[in-house]
Order: sequence, then C-alpha cells, then structure tokens
Amino acid sequence: MDAVVHFFQAIPFDQIVIQTLNGIVTGMILALVASGLTLIFGIMDVVNFAHGELFMLGAYIGVLVLAGTGSFWLALIVASLLVAILGAALQIVTLRPLIGRDPLNTILVTFGISLILQNYALWQFGPVARKINEPITTHFNLFYLEYPWYRLVIAGMSASIIGAFWLFLKYGKFGVWIRATTQDRVMAQAMGIPVPLVYTGVFAIGAGMAAASGVLFGPLVGVNHAMGLDWVLKAFIVVVVGGMGNLGGSIAAAIFISLLESYAAIWMNPSQAVIVSFVVLILTLLFRPTGLFVPTPK
Amino acid sequence: MIKHSNKTYWIGFCVIMALLIVAPLVLPEFWRRFLTEILIWGLLAMSSDILIGYTGMISFGHSAFFGLGMYGAAAALLIVSPPNLWIAIGLGLIAAALVSLFVAYFSTRLRDIYFAITTLIFSQIFYVIIFTWTEVTGGENGLSFSRPHLSIPGIYSTPFTNETLHWFVLAVVAGSYLTLRRITQSPFGMVLQSIRENEARTRAIGYPVERYKIVAVMLSGLFAGLAGVLYALQNRFAAPDFVYFLISGETVIFNVMGGIGTLVGPILGAGFFLMLRELLGRIFGEQFPYLIPLGFIFISMIIFLPQGILGFARRWLNR
Repeated sequence: MDAVVHFFQAIPFDQIVIQTLNGIVTGMILALVASGLTLIFGIMDVVNFAHGELFMLGAYIGVLVLAGTGSFWLALIVASLLVAILGAALQIVTLRPLIGRDPLNTILVTFGISLILQNYALWQFGPVARKINEPITTHFNLFYLEYPWYRLVIAGMSASIIGAFWLFLKYGKFGVWIRATTQDRVMAQAMGIPVPLVYTGVFAIGAGMAAASGVLFGPLVGVNHAMGLDWVLKAFIVVVVGGMGNLGGSIAAAIFISLLESYAAIWMNPSQAVIVSFVVLILTLLFRPTGLFVPTPK
Repeated sequence: MIKHSNKTYWIGFCVIMALLIVAPLVLPEFWRRFLTEILIWGLLAMSSDILIGYTGMISFGHSAFFGLGMYGAAAALLIVSPPNLWIAIGLGLIAAALVSLFVAYFSTRLRDIYFAITTLIFSQIFYVIIFTWTEVTGGENGLSFSRPHLSIPGIYSTPFTNETLHWFVLAVVAGSYLTLRRITQSPFGMVLQSIRENEARTRAIGYPVERYKIVAVMLSGLFAGLAGVLYALQNRFAAPDFVYFLISGETVIFNVMGGIGTLVGPILGAGFFLMLRELLGRIFGEQFPYLIPLGFIFISMIIFLPQGILGFARRWLNR
C-alpha cells in the first residue's frame, strides 16, 4: 500500500500537464506536415523525400520576410505561397516526366531535390541557426512555468489550416477533383477532370502546408538547414503508423506520437525520447503493418 | 555467341584487375588513397545494387550496415590484443548481419515504397543510438584504433603498407564482386529479379517472397558491413557520421549514376561521383556545396538516363 502511495506521489502531475500541452502543440504541427505528405502519397503515389526541405525552406523564407517587413502573419502567407509555387514548379519539371514510370523513380527524384535544397540553404544561410521572433509574446501561468500563449496559437492555427483543408476537400470544386482522382485516376480522367493539373495542385498544396508549418514552428526552435531531415523522419513515422494515404490516421498518429515523446522526455534526455517513436513504429509494423488507425484488412 | 561475349568479359575483367593491381605502384599517395576509397565505396554501392537493381527495393539505410561493420571492426580491434585482422572482419560482419536481419525483418513487411522509408528510419535509429551512447561508442568523437597486421593465422604476419592495403581491399572487393555476380546469376538471383519485375506473380507461382526479400537485405547488409570494415582499416577510426543518412543517400546516388542492376555500374558511379566532387572542390574551393551540381546531375540522370553511365555506354557501344 505504501509503495502504491509512493508511486503516485512520484508522478509529477504538473509536469504531465505541461508535457501534454507541449505534446499537443508539436503534434498539431507534425499533423500539418504529415497531412501534406500523406496527401501527396495518397493521390500521386509519390513518397516526397523533399517534404522536410520544403518545411525548412518555408521557415527560411519566413525569416527573410519577417526581417524585411516585420510582420509575422505576412511572412506566414508569403512563405506558404512562394513554397507552393516552388512545389508546383518542381512537380512540373521533375515529377511530371516520371508519370507512368516505376514509382521508385519518384523517391529518387525527390531525394535529389531534398539534397539540392538542403545544401542550397546551407550555402546561402550558413550553418548558424536563425531565429524567428514570436508574434505573440504574452504568457499565462501554469504551475511554476510561464507558458507562452503563442504555443497554443500554433496548435489552433494548425488545426484550423487542417480543418480548412478538410472543408476544401469536402466541398471545394478542386477538392472534389482531388478526391475523385484518389479514388480512381482513370475514371476521373474520363469524366473530364484534368488529372495532371490535380497532381500539380496537390503537390503545391502539400508544399504550402509544409512551409506554413515551418514558419509556425520556427519561433520554438532555431531555423537551420538540417531541420528538414528530423521533421521528415518524424512525418514518415507518423504516416506509416497512421496508415499511408490516410489523412485522419496521420493526424491521430501525429498527436499520439508527439504526446508519447513529450511524456518520455520527463524521464529521458529529449534526444533519446525520439526512440519512443521508433518503438511505436516497430510495434506498428509488427502488429498492424497497414497502420494503427485502419481496420485490419482481411 | 554467348561463349564469345563471356570471353570478352573475362578479358576485360583481367585487364581492369591488372590496371588496379599496378595502380598503387605508379600513382602518387593521394590518388592511391583516392582509388582505394573508390573501391570501398564501390563495394558499398554494389551491395546496395542487390536491392535497388536486382530486387527493386531502394534502401535508404545502407549507412547503418556500413557503420555497424565499421563499429564492429573497431570493437574487435580495441578489445582483442594484439589487434587481429580476421577477428575484426568477423565481428564487423556479425554486427552488420545482426542489424540487417533486424532491419530486414521489419521493413520487408510492407510494400516496396515503404521499404525506402523504413530503412531510412531504422538507420536513423542506429545513428541516434551510436551518437548518444557515448560510453561505448565514443559519441560524436567516434573511436580510433591502430591498424592490425596483415596476417594468415600461424603462418605469416606483416604490417600493412599502403600498397598491401590497396591490394587487400582490391582482393576483397573483387572477391565480393565475383560472389555477388555468381549470386545474381543463380536461381536465387533469378527469383529476386522476378520479384522486381512482378512481385504478385512471383508470389502466385509459390515463392515465399518475404523470405527472399529478407535474405536479399541480409546479403546486401553483409557486403555493406564488409565495406565498413575495409573503411575502418583504411582510416583507423569509426565515427557516427558514417552511420548518418547522407552516406545512404550517396550510396543511392552511386547506383543511379553508374547504372543500377549491373554490379560494376555502382563502382563506376562511386568513382564518377568522387572524381566530380574532388574536381569541384579543386575548382571552387573546399567550401563549395558540391552536392548542388551533383544533385542536378542526379535528377537529370533519373529523368533522361535511367540506365546510368554504364547502360548509356553499353547502348552507345552496341549502336
């Protein structure tokens, strides 16, 4: 009995609340990154290795626009638009010629793009991390911490971007095209949907979402050229755990994994807390290889 | 006809071998070392070709096998005294085999597109472990050790010189090449190629595709580990940088540049890549981001020249 009491006293409830908040915040950002990734995969059958670099590039454009204009929200919009245009251009130049070839080629091409973008960022901006200032600097008290409101704003913004995107898929004309193409590419084409345009559009939207999350997340960590790989790895884990091409599953998995990592960080060194998500991935691959949130196929 | 082309093949093989054997005697030290490194990276690329070119699975995790071979050899050289070459090779191979079994078991459970992702994630797990487990692996600084003697147990033992090291590497790489070539032409290799061409049909015929894939990944990992051991012998250190994703990425680039599914191509690709890097470094200075132009070449080769340099040369010769 004494041991049980001692056990409950040993749980740091204040830390758990704080880490729950942190987990949800990173989870929402991760969901935003992963939903772009899973969208591109679900529709184009392309595993976008350059997704993390688009995230990174978005953050850098955010840094530049913020330095030029001083407006964070303008930076967010400009970065998303520019990276979306870049994404469309990349899709037209590199991925469109590969339609109809082995999908493995698309992995190679996007990997090449990620190499170029990453090294370009390193060359252009140097290895020192840049900082994006938070647009909202007020705090509220949470136990012994002053918790920044901005983190909650990020979670809200990510949720609303994902929500808006969902509405767009559900009711927008282009959104309906996207869903039709996902369901049956050939049939969609036969019904007069411009499938190549849908591909380009989807890639642009995914890229824009990655850039938006880059700008939003920028203030929490430094912006540097290598941030893309970390995020794309996490997003890949999320996408595999959530079921590839499954938007809802990816969002759920993003929050689930981020929460687990935050809790693990109470007892472990944060760089080792990453291993928790690896363990989740391994368990998923062992028992539910098609994803945690998908009914097991018969 | 077949006999004739076979004869040309062996003549070509012997000529290239002869050139590579003579090379360290004529080349200055820098280029000798460069050539040895090309051979080692070529072995790594060749091991990955078993997966990319023959089985149709892209591995983005070869750095894990390479690095574990390296750290396995490092462990043997640091623990066993006096350092023994064969124990180092053995331990390196065991480490690489264990890791590749682990990776193979989990990452072949999903279809090929996931394979690239899961191997990348797994190699990054090993990177994090090696990077953070400072007491055992030396963390960021890695491990350094002395080079063992070239020995045949009980008979002969002499320190490596630059030339003998080159010949040793050459012998291992050539031996691996011949072994891999034999494997790809064996019934087992044929099954792998049929998995590449049509996985569903191969399964329908009754081959246990998953088991074949696991063996292919292990085989590939084993030779990648061997390359890691050779690299450790050459440079006398093991560092977490070699477990990092970039190495896996470069391995894939070697393959695509040289020509996948040819075994020789990847070695050629490694040579081409390293030469270009050296050249760019000399023209524009060490700080030049050589991966930007190489990335452009890489992408245009995938789009316009998917057979790589070797495939292109072959077509051009046959014209």
